[in-house]
Amino acid sequence: MTTKADRKRPLLVLESISKAYPGVVALSNVSMSVMAGEVLALIGENGAGKSTLMKILGGVVQPSSGHIIVDDVRCDRFLVTESQSAGIAFVHQELNVFDNLDVAANMFLGREIRSGFLGLLDEKAMRAAAEPLLRRVGAMFRPDTPVADLSLAERQLLEIAKALSIKAGVIIMDEPTSSLTLSETKTLMKVIADLKAEGIAVIYISHRLSEIEECADRVFALRDGKAAGELSQFEINHDAMIRMMIGRDLNSLYAPPARPAGEAVLSLRAVRTGAKPWALVDFDIHYGEILGVAGLVGAGRTELAEAIFGIGTILEGEIMLAGKPFRAASPRDAIEAGVYLVPEDRKRTGLVLESAICENICLADLGAVSRNGFVSQNLVKERAEDQRTKLAIRTTDVMRNTAELSGGNQQKVVLGKWLSMRPVLIIFDEPTRGIDVASKVEIYRLMRALADTGVGVMMISSDMEEVIGVSDRIVVLREGAIAGSLSRSQFSEHNVLKLAVGAIRKTNA
Amino acid sequence: MHKKDLGLAVLIIIVGAVVYLRNPLFLSPINLGNTANLIGLFGLFAIGQGFVIMTGGIDLSVGSMIALLGVIFVDMVGKFGVPWPVAILVVIAIGTLLGLAHGILITKLRMQPFVVTLCGLLIYRGVARGYTGEATAGFPFGAHYPALEWLTIGRSFGVPHSFYAMIIIGVVCWFLLHRSVFGRHLQAVGKNEDAARYSGIRTGFVITAAYVICAVLTAVAAVYFAMFTRSVQPSSHGNFYELYAIAAAVLGGFSLRGGEGSIIGVVLGAVLLQELQNLVNLLGIPSSLNFAVMGAVILSGVLADQQFNRYRAKRRAANAIRVLNRKGSTPRQAPATTDEIG
Repeated sequence: MTTKADRKRPLLVLESISKAYPGVVALSNVSMSVMAGEVLALIGENGAGKSTLMKILGGVVQPSSGHIIVDDVRCDRFLVTESQSAGIAFVHQELNVFDNLDVAANMFLGREIRSGFLGLLDEKAMRAAAEPLLRRVGAMFRPDTPVADLSLAERQLLEIAKALSIKAGVIIMDEPTSSLTLSETKTLMKVIADLKAEGIAVIYISHRLSEIEECADRVFALRDGKAAGELSQFEINHDAMIRMMIGRDLNSLYAPPARPAGEAVLSLRAVRTGAKPWALVDFDIHYGEILGVAGLVGAGRTELAEAIFGIGTILEGEIMLAGKPFRAASPRDAIEAGVYLVPEDRKRTGLVLESAICENICLADLGAVSRNGFVSQNLVKERAEDQRTKLAIRTTDVMRNTAELSGGNQQKVVLGKWLSMRPVLIIFDEPTRGIDVASKVEIYRLMRALADTGVGVMMISSDMEEVIGVSDRIVVLREGAIAGSLSRSQFSEHNVLKLAVGAIRKTNA
Repeated sequence: MHKKDLGLAVLIIIVGAVVYLRNPLFLSPINLGNTANLIGLFGLFAIGQGFVIMTGGIDLSVGSMIALLGVIFVDMVGKFGVPWPVAILVVIAIGTLLGLAHGILITKLRMQPFVVTLCGLLIYRGVARGYTGEATAGFPFGAHYPALEWLTIGRSFGVPHSFYAMIIIGVVCWFLLHRSVFGRHLQAVGKNEDAARYSGIRTGFVITAAYVICAVLTAVAAVYFAMFTRSVQPSSHGNFYELYAIAAAVLGGFSLRGGEGSIIGVVLGAVLLQELQNLVNLLGIPSSLNFAVMGAVILSGVLADQQFNRYRAKRRAANAIRVLNRKGSTPRQAPATTDEIG
């Protein structure tokens, strides 16, 4: 039970932690403390050392020097078992649940309750123990539900309940909202407030600065493996956080506003897709315009993009591309017509991750880098070098493995693939998910530059700031259909939300 | 019993009924006894393979191991006069060591299971052939080992003891996989090894243990096979048996990606495979088509299972939409225009 005095006591202190890998220093001399009952936001660009720091806290990686102090006791070694007994629990970005097991089995994995002289699993006891924890985090599912049947948000609640079950004092949440819908995010914020009230410390890692403004008591920033400063509750704001992360002011996160747009490059009339057959979709994208596509997770934005790109099916309706009827039966058709997709899941569908940068850049247009039917390594490299200079892809060599690049640079490789061809319309699906602020800005600039050369740009995004900051016009999808469209003067978080959730339904369902 | 297992059991009964209608000999005591014996022999090591496949790995060395351990066992008992209980213990000990070697190469030295056990397949077969000089290992003429023979090829109530052995081992393994902490950890490791490690599970130990279990059960099966055939021809004994084991597991609902499967499933898989062999014999299909029939059945079985799952997922999605519509949301409503927003 925590008393008021307890709150001032640091639960966990990191003392001048350094970690060096061969050739790289991931962390140098970082000191940080976590108090009971506080929400500490940890920010930093990708590669700033956040994940190394968290791995050290989890006991998966050992620091090269420095100490971890738990409850005033200095730990000489800090392995997974020490981390667990120190009450540190993780709610991972890529959810670490096992969908072949049920909820209770997941919750007690590695700490199973046994019974009988054979020490077999006591399912009943585990389910009984899981029940009150699930209720505490507001979960509506039962302990014997197979995890395969849970939604992403429910799985996250399961992870939090699991953290409670090990009586965690410190819960580390790594990008917990990256796959949650708005109302689910709200529930999570409520859970975090409850945890705080119980004296549990939360380390909250996120790229979404407005969420941090909402829930954090303190912000700790990392930059290039070093501590880059701290903000107390009243100092927390966007500009201050960005300044700490990138080490300078960022005058404008977003590219300059639009010029008047031209004619429609793509227009959809009464289109029904196979994914959401009940919904009719009508909209236009004009030359030189960035059209933001907003909506809740599950509203059918990705499915719409995939239908245009020829992955999903289009049941009926009329699509015009540059004034001509257009219907892609496969991605190949779309690519030949100049319609390109920068997909949501960069690592899985955007890139062949384990192959060279130059291979990725030329993959969709091998004909152009071939001579007499054989791919010319020189042409491949030439083309990749060209894109590397144009897009400022940070790598020493285009022959290197794409997996070695940071998220932002990987995204530039995806872009490079399309920009080396002849784009008419490019669809970006969550173009900056998991990408650090500085790279985000570069991607926004590239999108704007593309639009300025007369290419149509369609940008699907769940990041409200991004949709409002980058788009020239916004259409909002709701349950597969266009719920409405907003021009620049109507842009506000409120208006987008109103269309996304539907005016007739209460936001807090 | 899972739905999947139930489906497989139904399939076994249907196939059995069809075979019986075409040839009533199918249900004759002699045929049933022989088939039960084969089910026991193949089931023993198929269960072991199940543990390995549960981790997302594979053990290709099973058939060669049966030949090598069979040669060793027969020679120990028949040539060197080692008491058979000692010989069995030695064979199991060798199996344990081989499984341990597989596990360590895979977990500590990070080699791929396919490569490690493929090399095992080549090495054990080669050693068996080299050691015997290609000669068939057999017991001396007229030699008898009553207790050993009772244990391995004897029958009680008309049912061969190999079948009992499989049932007993199957029950133990069922508790091990489905009711013990180790089994739960095995399922977790198979689904997501990294996440399991982060949950404090000793993944290296769990995976190694799976290979040891597989090798030990294979060693037991090797003794039963050696006693069943009474002589071991080192270049052909046990050929392709690993494929029977993998096929039984796949038929039984195991995923080669790991994390899915049940003991009942793999046992039923072994039953179905032997039933198909029997079908080929009884229906007068040329035995050269044996493998073709098995392949076709496995292919269509797995395909049907997948299609069924897809159908169920679709139906579930359709239901979800129906519920959503009933809740009063109106997805068919006309799009709002910008004017309504103000």
